[in-house]
Amino acid sequence: MENNHLPNYLEYRGKYKGLLGWLTTTDHKRIGLLYMYSMLTFFATGAVLGILMRLELIAPGKQLMEAQTYNALFTLHGLSMIFLFVIPGVAAVFGNFILPIIIGAKDVAFPRVNLLSWYLYIIGAIIVLTSQFMGDGPPDTGWTFYAPYSLKTQTNVVAAVLGAFVLGFSSILTGLNFITTMHRLRAPGMGWMRMPIFAWTLYATGWIQLLATPIVGITLLMIAAERLLGIGFFDPALGGDPILYQHLFWTYSHPAVYIMILPAMGVISEIIPTFSRKPIFGYTALIISSMAIAFVGYFVWGHHMFTSGMSTGSRWIFSFLSFIVALPSAVKVFNWTATLYKGSIRLQTPFWWAMGFIFVFMIGGFSGLVVGSLATDIHVHDTYFVVAHFHYIVFGGTGFAFFAAMHYWWPKIYGRVYNAKIANIGLGIFFTGFNIIYFPMFILGMQGMPRRYYDYLPQFENWNVVSTIGSWIMVTGLIIIITNLLRARKATGKIVDDPWDGPTLEWSIKSPPIVENFEEIPVVTTGPYEFK
Amino acid sequence: MNKENSHISSYKDHLMVLSILITLTVLTVAITSIELSAFNTAAALLIATVKATIVLLYFMHLRFDQKVYLIMTVLVLALLVVVIGITVFDYIDR
Repeated sequence: MENNHLPNYLEYRGKYKGLLGWLTTTDHKRIGLLYMYSMLTFFATGAVLGILMRLELIAPGKQLMEAQTYNALFTLHGLSMIFLFVIPGVAAVFGNFILPIIIGAKDVAFPRVNLLSWYLYIIGAIIVLTSQFMGDGPPDTGWTFYAPYSLKTQTNVVAAVLGAFVLGFSSILTGLNFITTMHRLRAPGMGWMRMPIFAWTLYATGWIQLLATPIVGITLLMIAAERLLGIGFFDPALGGDPILYQHLFWTYSHPAVYIMILPAMGVISEIIPTFSRKPIFGYTALIISSMAIAFVGYFVWGHHMFTSGMSTGSRWIFSFLSFIVALPSAVKVFNWTATLYKGSIRLQTPFWWAMGFIFVFMIGGFSGLVVGSLATDIHVHDTYFVVAHFHYIVFGGTGFAFFAAMHYWWPKIYGRVYNAKIANIGLGIFFTGFNIIYFPMFILGMQGMPRRYYDYLPQFENWNVVSTIGSWIMVTGLIIIITNLLRARKATGKIVDDPWDGPTLEWSIKSPPIVENFEEIPVVTTGPYEFK
Repeated sequence: MNKENSHISSYKDHLMVLSILITLTVLTVAITSIELSAFNTAAALLIATVKATIVLLYFMHLRFDQKVYLIMTVLVLALLVVVIGITVFDYIDR
């Protein structure tokens, strides 16, 4: 490789060394790793809370904790997983690391703003986490902060809301950075229709981050203002409307689902052609479907509110639009499976993760039709069916894609391959555990078990036991997966630039990449998925 | 934007815009003393919209910049109008 003499981004010594070097870096790759390790820490926190919740639910009645503690636990579980893991998720980690390389740029458009985004993320996270220990006890509202309860509870809601507000700024700045990067820094010859799908999904995501996040910022400030100043935005006693809160909250938080899932779809769109040895089927359709999801996804928020007292006309409109957004999602799944057709498939770990993604995402997607339909939603609303659907989409979708991305790009990040056999065993255990936890929740929901309670009627016990056992299996898989990847960083052995024969630009450079990625900016002459 | 195309506003223009904004702010306060019932809020919002438009056009240079930025701003505002419209529809239809 011609750039052998240049230090890679891990070896490079700038003004500062060691930890300070990392904390002051403006290299998109290092910032991607800062996000990755902080995010994995918060993910582990959320996972431990989830395990504790499942332990409490192993049998009816009190097991480990009081109801109030359980309420605080599921709130923090939601806050950690949603705001600190899946929303920044794939975009902040792999968007940062891979996007500039994949479009042939040296860095993002605003490297310092990029570092600021990470600091805002950490500050927001610290505020959210310390809200548990400050004031009058941990918030017990759930991650949605629904009014009027969030206005009445004596717990420390304002701090948690402030934390989420700061996190929003991090997200906006990342979106802005990525959009500008794609507009201004694409390599010569890389027209819009030569950009890899992962870049396109980050572009669609960036617009949602820019346009939707301010709405939740304002909404959270309104909650704080109402609590502190007694302004009647949402409290009916003061002339406010609690449904207005739900409108404002979901106007952001539903598009936020697409902030989570679009980059995840982008990852899958990179992995499938690489391991099928074929250009992706329906490249243009995939781009259009990404933009369509981002656009239509903006107008479907009301499907979270079918039983809230919203008008009948609105419910019809939101139900219809929710079904519409299923179409571009289905286009993607069709294109992925069509790419496999007559491909020369290599059954390697990232490919298995992509297949796992499609499997769980389809279950999540189809169960979404049940909750998106007005008649059936009445039956399953606020039951474990919704918990199952949500986890199949958000954890099954974003989580699987996150781990798929880790297994796909780990050799790029560290220049070393992991033990594939252990990785596959870990995936198998994780996949089994995942389905054993969450699938019984569909059944429990259909049977009428309400969500967000620390106790339940005895007839729900059997499936709850199964679900709790599933959580132990899944965590075992997770530990194997993460340990295997972490060990691979230090593994001695040959440094590998491209273990997959990948078609996109990141596989044309050294692993780990040099500081500014390319010694010379490449000139792009073909589409992104041309195989030799 | 390169230097040849960039527009530099004069101090006179800036002062003019500033004085219009101050006048409109005074007007916002003054109008509360006139009883217009529900239209008080509408009047305040209308004045705020005019002020925001002036800021966007002059202080944020949309008037002098490439048209694409103006179009993007209008599209974003249109999106906001649709979102508010759907929410208001729920209220009217309830």
